[in-house]
Amino acid sequence: MTSADSMKGAHVRMELLSSPIYTSGARDFVQAVTRRLGFAELDCNQIALAVDEALCNIMRHGYENKPDQPIWLAVWPVEEGGTSSGIQIVIEDLARQIEPAMIKGRELHDVKPGGLGVHVIKEVMDKVTYEKRPEGGMRLTMVKHLKPAPGSDATGRCEGGKGCHA
Amino acid sequence: MPDGQTLQVGFETQGQNVIVSPQGEIGYSEATVFRTWLRKAHDSKSPRIIVDLAKVDYMNTPGVATLVESLQISKRNKTRLILCGMNEKVFAIFKIARLDTVFEICPTLADASAKA
Repeated sequence: MTSADSMKGAHVRMELLSSPIYTSGARDFVQAVTRRLGFAELDCNQIALAVDEALCNIMRHGYENKPDQPIWLAVWPVEEGGTSSGIQIVIEDLARQIEPAMIKGRELHDVKPGGLGVHVIKEVMDKVTYEKRPEGGMRLTMVKHLKPAPGSDATGRCEGGKGCHA
Repeated sequence: MPDGQTLQVGFETQGQNVIVSPQGEIGYSEATVFRTWLRKAHDSKSPRIIVDLAKVDYMNTPGVATLVESLQISKRNKTRLILCGMNEKVFAIFKIARLDTVFEICPTLADASAKA
């Protein structure tokens, strides 16, 4: 079984097993890519956190802690007018399917453990879509746009100086 | 398969305070270990539990959930739970989850220890 056609054309693809050992590697990878795409450090951290939360949810709820199931992660820069304006991240699995409408973060006024992961993903990313894959399993598509910042052009790409990342 | 968890946890009693000092990352694998130490702190019946997060590089929602659970135990036991020493990255997740106003949070361990 492989990842779906929806991942074809991704700039980077990663396949990992559903073991928590590998979440930090995926996180570091996403952080490194977002940094190079020009995201501010806090955004890099938060996008990596969103990916980590998504992976944890798949491992815990989708695969019910089975550590040897496949997860695919793919990354594309979002481009507008030939320049990078953000990042799209797709995560797919073969876990049990659930209705996308059922995937909700919990109400935050209700302070209790659990149910925070989806809230974090939706809070951090600009666009979040859950779908059932026709081949089985679920697909999560997340998009984050670069924020225009002082010292950057309209796309938010850094032009050097304070706050820019090499 | 190894669980890959690398969390180390310091545990110390200082007068009325129990100080729990995790070191490393608190993610999905580490949350269970962290919970065990927090439970031990509650079992000590100390009136104040201080969780010093100064050496925690990263935390995700399973880690935050263990602290929410610990806060609930504190409220039940009528004890205090104080968090301190969070770096910007760890504090950000409390902000996103809007838990920064739910917990008692101090900048440093010294501030937390000095709190009446």
